[in-house]
Amino acid sequence: MIRRTLTERRRWIRFDPITTGTDYELSIGGRCANCRLDLVVPLPFALRISRMDCCPSIKNVLLLDSEGKRVAVKYYTDDWPTLAAKLAYEKSIFTKTLKTNARTEAEIAMLDGYIVVYKFIQDLHFFVTGGDDENELIIATVLQGFFDAVGLLLRNNVDKRSALENLDLILLCLDEIVDGGIVLETEASVIATKVAANSLDGATSLSEQTISQALATAREHLARSLLK
Amino acid sequence: MAQPFVKKDDDLDEEEEYSPFYGIEKGAVLQEARVFHDPQLDARRCSQVITKLLYLLNQGETFTKVEATEVFFAVTKLFQSKDTVLRRMVYLMIKELSPSADEVIIVTSSLMKDMNSKTDMYRANAIRVLCRITDSTLLTQIERYLKQAIVDKNPVVASAALVSGVHLLQTNSEIVKRWSNEVQEAVQSRAALVQFHALALLHQIRQNDRLAVSKLVTSLTKGSVRSPLAQCLLIRYTSQVIRESSMNTQAGERPFFDYLESCLRHKSEMVVFEAARAITELSGVTSRELTPAITVLQLFLSSSKPVLRFAAIRTLNKVASTHPLAVTNCNIDMESLISDQNRSIATLAITTLLKTGNESSVDRLMKQITNFMSDIADEFKIVVVEAIRSLCLKFPLKYRSMMNFLSNILREEGGFDYKKAIVDSIVILIRDIPDAKEIGLFHLCEFIEDCEFTYLSTQILHFLGNEGPKTSDPSKYIRYIYNRVILENATVRASAVSTLAKFGAMVDSLKPRIFVLLRRCLFDSDDEVRDRATLYLNTLVSDASVGGTDEDVKDFLFGPLDVPLVNLETSLRNYEASDIPFDITSVPKEVKSQPLAEKKAPGKKAIGLGAPPSGPTSVVDAYEKLLSSIPEFSSFGKLFKSCSPMELTEPETEYAVNVVKHIFDGHVVFQYNCTNTIPEQLLEKVTVFVDASEAEEFSEVLTKPLQSLPYDSPGQTFVAFEKPEGVPAIGKFSNLLKFVVKEVDPATGEADEEGVEDEYQLEDLEIVAADYMLKVGVSNFKNAWENLDPDNERIDEYGLGVKESLAETVSAVIDILGMQPCEGTEVVPNNSRSHTCLLSGIFIGNVKVLVRVSFGIDGSKQVAMKLAVRSEDPDISEKIHEIVAEG
Repeated sequence: MIRRTLTERRRWIRFDPITTGTDYELSIGGRCANCRLDLVVPLPFALRISRMDCCPSIKNVLLLDSEGKRVAVKYYTDDWPTLAAKLAYEKSIFTKTLKTNARTEAEIAMLDGYIVVYKFIQDLHFFVTGGDDENELIIATVLQGFFDAVGLLLRNNVDKRSALENLDLILLCLDEIVDGGIVLETEASVIATKVAANSLDGATSLSEQTISQALATAREHLARSLLK
Repeated sequence: MAQPFVKKDDDLDEEEEYSPFYGIEKGAVLQEARVFHDPQLDARRCSQVITKLLYLLNQGETFTKVEATEVFFAVTKLFQSKDTVLRRMVYLMIKELSPSADEVIIVTSSLMKDMNSKTDMYRANAIRVLCRITDSTLLTQIERYLKQAIVDKNPVVASAALVSGVHLLQTNSEIVKRWSNEVQEAVQSRAALVQFHALALLHQIRQNDRLAVSKLVTSLTKGSVRSPLAQCLLIRYTSQVIRESSMNTQAGERPFFDYLESCLRHKSEMVVFEAARAITELSGVTSRELTPAITVLQLFLSSSKPVLRFAAIRTLNKVASTHPLAVTNCNIDMESLISDQNRSIATLAITTLLKTGNESSVDRLMKQITNFMSDIADEFKIVVVEAIRSLCLKFPLKYRSMMNFLSNILREEGGFDYKKAIVDSIVILIRDIPDAKEIGLFHLCEFIEDCEFTYLSTQILHFLGNEGPKTSDPSKYIRYIYNRVILENATVRASAVSTLAKFGAMVDSLKPRIFVLLRRCLFDSDDEVRDRATLYLNTLVSDASVGGTDEDVKDFLFGPLDVPLVNLETSLRNYEASDIPFDITSVPKEVKSQPLAEKKAPGKKAIGLGAPPSGPTSVVDAYEKLLSSIPEFSSFGKLFKSCSPMELTEPETEYAVNVVKHIFDGHVVFQYNCTNTIPEQLLEKVTVFVDASEAEEFSEVLTKPLQSLPYDSPGQTFVAFEKPEGVPAIGKFSNLLKFVVKEVDPATGEADEEGVEDEYQLEDLEIVAADYMLKVGVSNFKNAWENLDPDNERIDEYGLGVKESLAETVSAVIDILGMQPCEGTEVVPNNSRSHTCLLSGIFIGNVKVLVRVSFGIDGSKQVAMKLAVRSEDPDISEKIHEIVAEG
């Protein structure tokens, strides 16, 4: 007989431990991140509840075009179980952020209980979604890493057309940034090198570019510190 | 600046519709995938095909099982190629396809070879792929390599192994836990992200060992954590340790606080913010501890980055709910954020300001908000309206400016939800601030003159009927109300007629004039309107003719309905289909859903316009129908109560079972709702074997098995018990699910002939005293209390020992008694030292019970309780005390 294990179909529930009264030795309380209910769970059960407690997690990374259509997307959680749910979510964040100006600095919004950080360039819209109680700056760092890495890989010629022409690089890039919701790497140059180390032609020119990029970043930092 | 660029590009796109994937088709690509089988592999072409396949998957295309298997096998052939690009694409493809168990074998050997390859990139990726598709037997085989990889000198390889460890911990925790030595070593790694991943894994391995976590934090907070991400993690773990240790030590210096504070000076903003947030979330944080955190958040408010501003204002917003004074220093910075480009930030700024604002700044704030309101979306406006309502309740003296503000925005454009929020706010202000009544009612009258929402019009008219007659000059409202009769649709006209009648009944001086208006309504085109007018005229005009006194008439017309509307609605629905005359006493009085209480201002009994509780329709009624359809139970008499379902299994197990306890006078019926969550199984002859050895007063009378339980379609099986009539017998029952299981072929859906008997242990269930108590509210507790004979009152005092908080104690007592809290007394204001809770209910045998419980808590958290019970029967009063004494 096939018995499914508990874990196979378990959804991520995040428990923030809270005090649960006198007999907390025997039970664990928490607030479920999905339903926002306070729960008290006897310890034997609590041990079996999977906890992503404390580890920053990313729910999805999306790259859409100027009409809200997918260029490349990656979901790391079951928050949107079906394709329809995913598309609906993409549509909703696309339309709600469309009119904002997220071209110079990354913008942020709260939608349906998620934090979305996004940035646009040409006809491409970059989004990274995190949970309601995630550190916004971590999400923003992931977005920036993705954004800059794509810039490096496409040699600053970032638009839908070249993104589709180099879709393999974009997909590898997504793969190198987040693994199953856990942040793998946020440094754009490192991500780009990891992706491009495999492509035979890209290696040399990219390292040059990494240097020029580094210079540019340094200049930017200097300018900003002067402005302050 | 970039805008014109985009436009040009778009135009270009439209002309050519250029895309490398233009006109791509699944079938064609699958054909193309045949190149994978070529003896002479063309690596470049193969990776192009994989990219196309990934593109299709990414666009949401799905492959059938056959297609996926075919592609998978083809892809595995590509391991022959030495091309690095191609290999990476192969890894990606395998992860996307996530092969099933028997296919994994095919790739395992190739991946294991890659795991030991000299190329770091191969090793890292092979580990990630392998861990994604592995199972526990395979894992023991590769465990050795993974342990090596964790301490590998290449950070990419180490990270890959560590992250995979985090994922594997969920499924194979025993194995991963054996790696803790290696992980410990990796925490000391010099590579920033390795440290981060190692820390995450180490903590998850040890999370149930508080001492170990505390040690980990102690050693790491002394320095040596490099990456900002790892630092953030450490802050989270630290605050967890602080939280747990504060439970043990009541007072004294908070451990590790110095560390959190030092993080506020970290060079990475991410860490600074994480630390500030952690400090604000400490339980019982003092204002001295808050100050440094608030200071850095204040700096963030004027950052050029929207993300920083948002993060800061959101945290401050939360702090403002508990420590408004600590945030006031940031008021000036927040005011400048009202005009922020990012509307989320602006709204958060407004609501924070409204929380921190003091009486003198209210007027200025309102002016600023007025400008702001016109250019935000409805959903944000609602948030603002709610914040203003809370503010007004805080500063009642400022009601005038806020009322004006509300009436102004009421006149502007807006959707239903927005308008409803405003109207609700005005109603709440009228109820809580007596001075605001006249002006508020006037605004509402103005509003219904030009209101497009029937629902709001009728609600306002109803409210006007209750409040209007009590004002100094009721006559001035008549004009607005009668205008409705002339101008509006039938629904609004009917409720306007009722409102007029209320004025007529309550204000004698207006009577003759009201009657004139009501008589005109007799010629209305709508039945309901005419009926109402006729009813009111006949009962009000000739007081004596219908019989009864003036009081009786009023009570008949406008008295409160002592049954919940939801229940009434379902009873009426049933009545429509039957021929039995309707009897209002047969409507169940159990309250199912809590009325929508005003969340923002706990302790206030403010409830909006009493919108009908949407959502749960009468469950009890459905149960009654279900039970009465089973002939075996028909002899049990009328159903007294059905408890809400109780889960007997953990969520996400093979079989989900919950139980509903149905209480009759002399019987108890357990209804087990079973769901089979395994597609490959069909269950038959499902019964629950109940062991009632710990429930002496109960004896099993019958079991009603469930003949067949297919996948994912819930079914019920019943077990009935006899118990002494009218006695609240209690007991504990253990349950065992018994069934015959048959395998089902998922492809055809046909079940095997042969079945195997099997059983499945369920959780125990208990019948407690609260199960014999019906939650029935009373509208006026004081009257009801005084109407019951004081001789039947029983008072006793209880010491409850040390409790965490009053609120928790109150809800525990309510749960034990299973009674309905009245007049919002179940809510305990923060930090109060004493509280009185009013409860009402009906005990089995139809005995009305009222309870008044007073709680007190002292400095050492000792809780004392005084319980006064009145009921129609002194024995029952005693019984309630027994329940509490036992609970």
